[in-house]
Amino acid sequence: MKTETIAALQQARTKRTAVTLATRLSDAAETLIYLDKADGAMAGDATLVSAARRAMAIGRSETIDLGGQKIFLNVYVPPPRLIIVGAVHIAQTLAPMATMLDFDVTVVDPRGAWATSARFPGVKVIQDWADEAFQAMGLDVSTAVVTLTHDPKLDDPALESALRSDVFYVGSLGSKRTHAKRKERLTEAGITEEQFARIHGPVGLNIGAKSPAEIAVSILGQIVEVRARRLEALAGPKVVAA
Amino acid sequence: MSDALDVLDQVGKWKNAGKGVAIATVITTWGSSPRPVGSQLGVDDSGAMVGSVSGGCIEGAVVKEALDAIKDGKPRLLDFGVTDEQAWDVGLACGGKVQVFVEKVS
Repeated sequence: MKTETIAALQQARTKRTAVTLATRLSDAAETLIYLDKADGAMAGDATLVSAARRAMAIGRSETIDLGGQKIFLNVYVPPPRLIIVGAVHIAQTLAPMATMLDFDVTVVDPRGAWATSARFPGVKVIQDWADEAFQAMGLDVSTAVVTLTHDPKLDDPALESALRSDVFYVGSLGSKRTHAKRKERLTEAGITEEQFARIHGPVGLNIGAKSPAEIAVSILGQIVEVRARRLEALAGPKVVAA
Repeated sequence: MSDALDVLDQVGKWKNAGKGVAIATVITTWGSSPRPVGSQLGVDDSGAMVGSVSGGCIEGAVVKEALDAIKDGKPRLLDFGVTDEQAWDVGLACGGKVQVFVEKVS
């Protein structure tokens, strides 16, 4: 691998751009394929470029056979994002755990006393209302949103925005009773039955979690599962390489 | 933390510090295997490692090949399976097979 290739991969990560590194195994010749361009030894090969773009769409690296040459496609897609609404106690354990799982984590809370960098070292903290913050960040299919405040005036605008976007996961802390009341309010705000059904609530896997850290594990377990199932469904059955 | 790009970050630092460096990448897996395709192990010329290509079962053999690749500059394709009586003296306890590509960083 060339040093310049490493630099290009690092740059793509900083810019949250997807890229595939295609390496010809016979001589280690390299080609970088982006969604809109390709650079390197095999950049002119249309079959390779389209295979690389498919690999990026499903987020899966693989070895392909191209006219008798084995080419390894290593996919580097931007890490999934986790937006935590509510800079509360659970968020203080959820944020570092999600960071360990390679999530790009942002904590959003309009309350100045809560949304501080001191409470969330090493994590992006935005002191703003969730719907405003979401607009600036842009919710996409690689984003998960979890609301933790229990407070309708903080959680509801976040849920409304998230349910109208194509984020891959929406979770909301609260008991069954809280969740039922939430449904009434969001229905009144124009959220459909189908949209509301996307919320994981009560949030997290049912592992008997009690402490903030245990609840964080149950939430993260659920997010990992939902994301993995989605990528599996997109990829279809695994093709065995030649 | 285990992100492939974090491996490349360390590899880049070694390279900038003037060390000889090689990268090993899992390029194919069959059956159960401890690390998915695309997993990487960086190795410097002193044998220091970053990342992983298995649960520790084959790293020793991969490092040895990586050190050779740093010396001669040639890429290598290594096969590891469960029995491995033929080519390699290490195998995967989990019963899977992996193919690892080793190349020098130039």
